[in-house]
Amino acid sequence: MHELSLAEGIRDIVEETATMEAATRVRRIVLEIGALAAVDADALRFCLDEVLSDSIAEGAEVDVIEVPGRGRCRQCGTLAPIDERHTPCPSCGAYGLEVLEGDRMRVQAVELE
Amino acid sequence: MCGVCGCGGSEARIGSVFGGDRNKRVQRAGTGTTQAWRAIDTRRPAASPAGLDHESTDRASVARLQRVERDILGKNERIAAANRSWLAERRILALNLMSSPGSGKTSLLVRALETLGGRLPAAVIEGDQQTEFDAERIRATGVPALQINTGKGCHLDADMVARALPRLPLAERGLLLIENVGNLVCPAAFDLGEAHKVVILSVTEGEDKPLKYPDMFAAADLMLLNKADLLPYLSFDVERAIEYAHRVNPRLEVILTSATRGDGIDAWLAWIERERASA
Repeated sequence: MHELSLAEGIRDIVEETATMEAATRVRRIVLEIGALAAVDADALRFCLDEVLSDSIAEGAEVDVIEVPGRGRCRQCGTLAPIDERHTPCPSCGAYGLEVLEGDRMRVQAVELE
Repeated sequence: MCGVCGCGGSEARIGSVFGGDRNKRVQRAGTGTTQAWRAIDTRRPAASPAGLDHESTDRASVARLQRVERDILGKNERIAAANRSWLAERRILALNLMSSPGSGKTSLLVRALETLGGRLPAAVIEGDQQTEFDAERIRATGVPALQINTGKGCHLDADMVARALPRLPLAERGLLLIENVGNLVCPAAFDLGEAHKVVILSVTEGEDKPLKYPDMFAAADLMLLNKADLLPYLSFDVERAIEYAHRVNPRLEVILTSATRGDGIDAWLAWIERERASA
């Protein structure tokens, strides 16, 4: 899907951080990608390769930490893991669990020189 | 370029409400330049290494882990929030219409705007990778329309809309309809600052789409189930489609529409009127 836009967003964040920290090189980028964030990690790596070339983060290692989906049933309040958007509540069977975790994408950290 | 859908991010061109055929307008105006078509160059400046080199000898090879903890979509969300306040100050109701290509988004808009007949001040932003065709169809109804061509981009983003807003004649308490790029996946992730996302599913697409492409349906407040006039010729199960959509989003409202025959257009306009009252 929109992995190229996301890769550009990551590059901007990484470059801003590197500038602020007066770094000379970015060795590693640690990403947190939610299981429900509708992003394909392989496609994102592919786009990052492209987008980071000629930047301060050229050749940086990219670590992806997958954050599993977790939600709460709007009917009975049960907390449950969510594999897919249409996962029903394991207690009462209601659909449309409120997503609490696993739908976001963040740059968690960068390793700088 | 994106290996999955061919999406490229930085090439959007934003037209003008007068239409985007620059050459024709230049001929009409009889000058070498025109103010009406100023395609915005969205290419970013080359990454500046300024400030990164001067201490390199002191810091050579000392790696350190720096916490960042920033949302990748944070920039888009900040711009979307600014769009939202801009629209709220003017009490303009903005809808973000999303669907796969060919579901009938533009036809629905044309039909709704014709039925509306100027009772409500409206304007349209059209998003497509290429061409000005859709904006021209809207303008034919007498409603101002501005075309955004995303180039290889597979979705509109908040910045494109931010740059389009001041170019549109938008009346206070009016209606802004934003037709996103035809794509059932990517547009769902990008908040534009709209009040509601509206997903259009046509009955020629198959009733399982809400389960196959859940993010779009999870993000929407209203689903227009379009091309209802074709139901007698198809094996499409309306009840099942709605049930699948509700599995993903139990609060999704549904209106059955036909842009060709006019089914559901009044119901949709009533929905718009209701939302506008609370905008």
